[in-house]
Amino acid sequence: MTNQLTPETPDAELVRLAKSGDLDAFEALTNRYEQRVYGLAMRMLRQEQDAEDVTQQTFLSVLENLEGFRGEASFSTWVLRIASHAALKIIRKRKGLNTFSLEEATEPSDDLNSIPHPEFIADWRQSPEHLVERNEIRRLLDDALTRLDEKHRLVFLLRDVEGLSIQETAEALELSEGNVKVRLLRARLQLREDLTRVLGDPARQLVRAHHHHE
Amino acid sequence: MKCEELLAMLNEYVDGTVDPAVCVEFEKHMAGCNPCQVVVDNIRQTITLFKDGQPYAMPIQFREQMHDTLRKKWKEKFPAK
Repeated sequence: MTNQLTPETPDAELVRLAKSGDLDAFEALTNRYEQRVYGLAMRMLRQEQDAEDVTQQTFLSVLENLEGFRGEASFSTWVLRIASHAALKIIRKRKGLNTFSLEEATEPSDDLNSIPHPEFIADWRQSPEHLVERNEIRRLLDDALTRLDEKHRLVFLLRDVEGLSIQETAEALELSEGNVKVRLLRARLQLREDLTRVLGDPARQLVRAHHHHE
Repeated sequence: MKCEELLAMLNEYVDGTVDPAVCVEFEKHMAGCNPCQVVVDNIRQTITLFKDGQPYAMPIQFREQMHDTLRKKWKEKFPAK
């Protein structure tokens, strides 16, 4: 093979080469996304062995199904979709459930009354930039994530941590965009609530007025 | 705009995809409602914390073993190359 692969070679080109049997191109794609897949799996599962299984399964599945990948979604979205499904499967197995579904139909409707109101409102004692440098923060963040419903957690991880767009997140999870938006809002609000209870300054707690502001 | 309406628009505002006219209403509300202002700040801080948090490093030994497995599978799939 005489293809010049560089870090700038676009995914689509690597995919094209890999489909024609170029192992270097396939390895370049793997190198590009393995860390993200592993990170996503660790945040979903919090268990190294399971995260490794998900990562390996994901790239084996990429290898197996590459011909079928038509590029309707971007390669990264496709890979993260495969990884999400693999991680969910493990979660279901842990819970003793065999069915796999994100249960779009049972989602509560998107009306304003169903959105939980912020309860603990206070400025944080420290800026996120300071907090990120503290080691114990990882545990705090992971605990907060674990308390989220997995359907909310996945949407938050793909959209806010992996940086997928609403549309890409919807594609990856086979949900409607409206559904992704509701889940994202719930996830963000719940994480905020959780973190504020730990990081918020009680001396600067605010009580929301009972009347509605016009 | 009421607090509830602001809450419903929170994502769009934080992500910068809100309609400019709505954005003005949103900011007008926040200027007069400190709890809403703090919630919006907190949401931004929450996202930043998760986004900028330390990534999980994949164990090197696992990585090597996975690449071996993938290469083996690849050769089964494309025996000629």
